[in-house]
Amino acid sequence: MTMVSPGPVTVPPVAGPPPTDPAPAPRGGRRRRPDDEGGRGIVSPGEWRSPVAGTLLRLAHAVLLIGLLVVGLGPLLWLVKASLSHTQDTLRDPMALFPSGVDWANLATAWSEVHVDLYFFNSMALAAGSWLVQLVVATTGGYALAVLRPRYGPVLYWLVLSTLFVPAVVLLVPLYLTIIDPPLIGVSLVDSFWAVWLPAGANAFNVLLAKRFFDNLPREVFEAARIDGAGPLRVFWSVLLPMSRPILGVISVFAFVTAWKDFLWPLLVLRDPDIQPLSVRLPTLARSIELDVLLAALTISALIPVALFLVFQRTFLRSAGLSGALKG
Amino acid sequence: MLTWIRRGGLSTLLFLLPLVVVFGVFSWWPIVRAAVMSVQQTNLVTAPVFVGWENFETVFTDPLLGTAVRNTAFFALIALVFGYPIPLVAAVLMSEVRRWRGLYSAVAYLPVVVPPVVAVLMWKVFYDPRPEGLFNTVLGWVGIAPQSWLQSADTAMGSLVLEATWAAAGGTVIIYLAALVAVPPELYDAAEVDGASIWRKVWHVTLPQLRGVLLVTLILQIIGTSQVFLEPFLFTGGGPANSTITVLLLIYDYAFSSSLGGDYGAATALSLVLAVFLALLSALYFRLTRSWSTS
Repeated sequence: MTMVSPGPVTVPPVAGPPPTDPAPAPRGGRRRRPDDEGGRGIVSPGEWRSPVAGTLLRLAHAVLLIGLLVVGLGPLLWLVKASLSHTQDTLRDPMALFPSGVDWANLATAWSEVHVDLYFFNSMALAAGSWLVQLVVATTGGYALAVLRPRYGPVLYWLVLSTLFVPAVVLLVPLYLTIIDPPLIGVSLVDSFWAVWLPAGANAFNVLLAKRFFDNLPREVFEAARIDGAGPLRVFWSVLLPMSRPILGVISVFAFVTAWKDFLWPLLVLRDPDIQPLSVRLPTLARSIELDVLLAALTISALIPVALFLVFQRTFLRSAGLSGALKG
Repeated sequence: MLTWIRRGGLSTLLFLLPLVVVFGVFSWWPIVRAAVMSVQQTNLVTAPVFVGWENFETVFTDPLLGTAVRNTAFFALIALVFGYPIPLVAAVLMSEVRRWRGLYSAVAYLPVVVPPVVAVLMWKVFYDPRPEGLFNTVLGWVGIAPQSWLQSADTAMGSLVLEATWAAAGGTVIIYLAALVAVPPELYDAAEVDGASIWRKVWHVTLPQLRGVLLVTLILQIIGTSQVFLEPFLFTGGGPANSTITVLLLIYDYAFSSSLGGDYGAATALSLVLAVFLALLSALYFRLTRSWSTS
């Protein structure tokens, strides 16, 4: 495994965001790529100024941007538009802009009459619980493996990482049977949020991220805290966690969005419609409700992840790049 | 024992408890159980019975298996044809963007954050086969006849790939961008001293520098698309005429479908076969490409 970019995982920050964190590019003006010390890419400044190559490149960039906007943003804008239109308009001329006016009622109908509100909060609860379980498992486990370092640690870490090489489909049926008849508890977890929350914690990628980050924190800090009389719990809570905000952010983003998107697993273990999340309910609703209300429901369920992405853009993109770097 | 506790052995164990319990119950044990279940008959009511290779025989004599494997391979292949080069070209171009680069990557990544179920249900509307359908309207603008998209066995799989590529390409773009930033600029300086054009720099510096990432994303994409489930499950349910039934859909049907369901043994047997196949494929792949990625 190699790290491609000098991201937050390889450089231990003492507090706050890491120094190598790409600064938000100021609008206009600055021509350098913010995270490139050399300030140049494939194309040299001379080539940028050349009339043929420079023009062609600018043209290619403009075409690319238009293409990206049409393909990436277009469908979502259409969805918002269609969820505010009458069903007949969407069916008759899907590309027209509100030929018979805006229908604001769709969102309200979807929210209250189709009970999207309920499924929305179920999605929220599932995502929040999965996030918490993942965070607890990754931080406590990572702390023990990276800082406390018991003798059996490497074996345990190897066992955790080896699950990365098992395709998820292998787990599907045996995990389902485990949920029906879990060890120790003896009560079926089907139709309980725990059936989604607990398995979410068994995420080796999170443990890997957390351990690698904690490995790179300066050990002297922990030693100093210990000499000052802090126990392992206090070191964990008051020293380690405050220093680990960047990686906690990355894990949180992964955890929340993955849980919000999840479909097959909640479909299998949550059979009671009243506790199903949006992702599971939407395909069923699609068969029984009117198109404009369905599209409004789709807009509502896309809202949270898209809003999270727009707010935490850099964490998202860093996580996406990081996942590639770690896989490589 | 007491010294072990005093040295912090117990508190270490307590910190590891969540990890050990969660992985033990929800990961390690089910993995072991998958191997056991593949040679058992399990029906949740009576105790499991050892049946040897019977589950594997069920799987391999299922007439649908051939169709499912062919469909899955076809999906993986066309997903590769579209989904592999497009993000690369886009990422190389984007890495040269001087202004608003954040806007480019944000828009490219946007489809990835849309929940897959939302994306599929939305695209189902786009794939409306009537001439007034969204895609058919757009095709009409450029004079192409309306397509039947998901309704026809000829175009259904292609439609699934199109949506899946839309949903996943942004993630690949971001991975490539991260790798592109890490290419040492001195290499380009050196290439220019030798008089290399932009095109030659891309071909002889950029792409070779991305070799490692390109090799890994290729096999990861194949592993991912071999396990395609959501698109065929929600778009077509495997139809029309089994033209979009995939290996994962078959596994799901063995275990959970209302008609044949409940054959947990066959489902785990088939998922193990798929996992072993993918493991062998990646091993072979990395063996064959080892000389490229290091030299």
